Amino acid sequence: MEPADALKLLNSGVPISWYLTLSALLFAIGVAGFIFRRNIITVFMCIELMLNAVNLSFITFAHQHKQASGQLFTFFVMVVAAAEAAVGLAIILTVFRNRSTLNIDKINTLKN
Amino acid sequence: MDIFFFLLFAFIALIAAVNVVLQRHPISSALSLVGVMGSLAVLYLLLGAEFIAMAQMIVYAGAIMVLFVFVIMLLNAGTEERTGRSWLAQIFGVPAMIALLGLLCFFAYKVFPNAGFVKFGDFTGGGAKEIGYALFTDYLLPFEVTSILILIAIVGAIVLARKELD
Repeated sequence: MEPADALKLLNSGVPISWYLTLSALLFAIGVAGFIFRRNIITVFMCIELMLNAVNLSFITFAHQHKQASGQLFTFFVMVVAAAEAAVGLAIILTVFRNRSTLNIDKINTLKN
Repeated sequence: MDIFFFLLFAFIALIAAVNVVLQRHPISSALSLVGVMGSLAVLYLLLGAEFIAMAQMIVYAGAIMVLFVFVIMLLNAGTEERTGRSWLAQIFGVPAMIALLGLLCFFAYKVFPNAGFVKFGDFTGGGAKEIGYALFTDYLLPFEVTSILILIAIVGAIVLARKELD
């Protein structure tokens, strides 16, 4: 790469696809944690990580189309995530009170 | 300058996200997740979404993560115990993950090869005024439905978490 080209890239900003790639990376890491982790609270946190990754794509597309309405979707995702966290953590509390464990491998009454 | 800030905070976000998955103690995972959310808020600022960046810090990094930390302390959750994984996850887990990542990146580059550049200051329609205007004109019905959703979530959380009275 010529120095002039590098300077041009430096001044022109960040390509949209870089933001989308970062979003994809965060989403894949979230999926990995969702599958590999055994603690129910950590699994829940990985879901929040995936929601955040999708929010980043929404905001990137809002910037690409120069419209604020794309950012409103992020706003609604945030509200739904808050509601989901409240109900989900209440469910985790109830499960822990009944089963005395947070390991999702031991919460398998429905299996077999 | 844009590219420097993007790379710095994208790097922090990725390191913290990997840390969320690798840490064995839930509290360490929760604090790493706060790091992810903070660096994502800076990226939102770079994308011109000022209101959403503030909401991200207050709602996500503030309220939701405090809820998580409360529950972790309430349940006295310790280090995660290792249990045997299914052979399916052991063999196909990592390749499936890489395939998913490759597919997402493929679409990002295939559909948006020259989608343009993100430059700080190009788009200034993300302030509280513009968001509020759009929220209370075009998106009034979803906004009101959201309030009902939150009401249901409050009632549901109280019903689920209360002690049984006999």
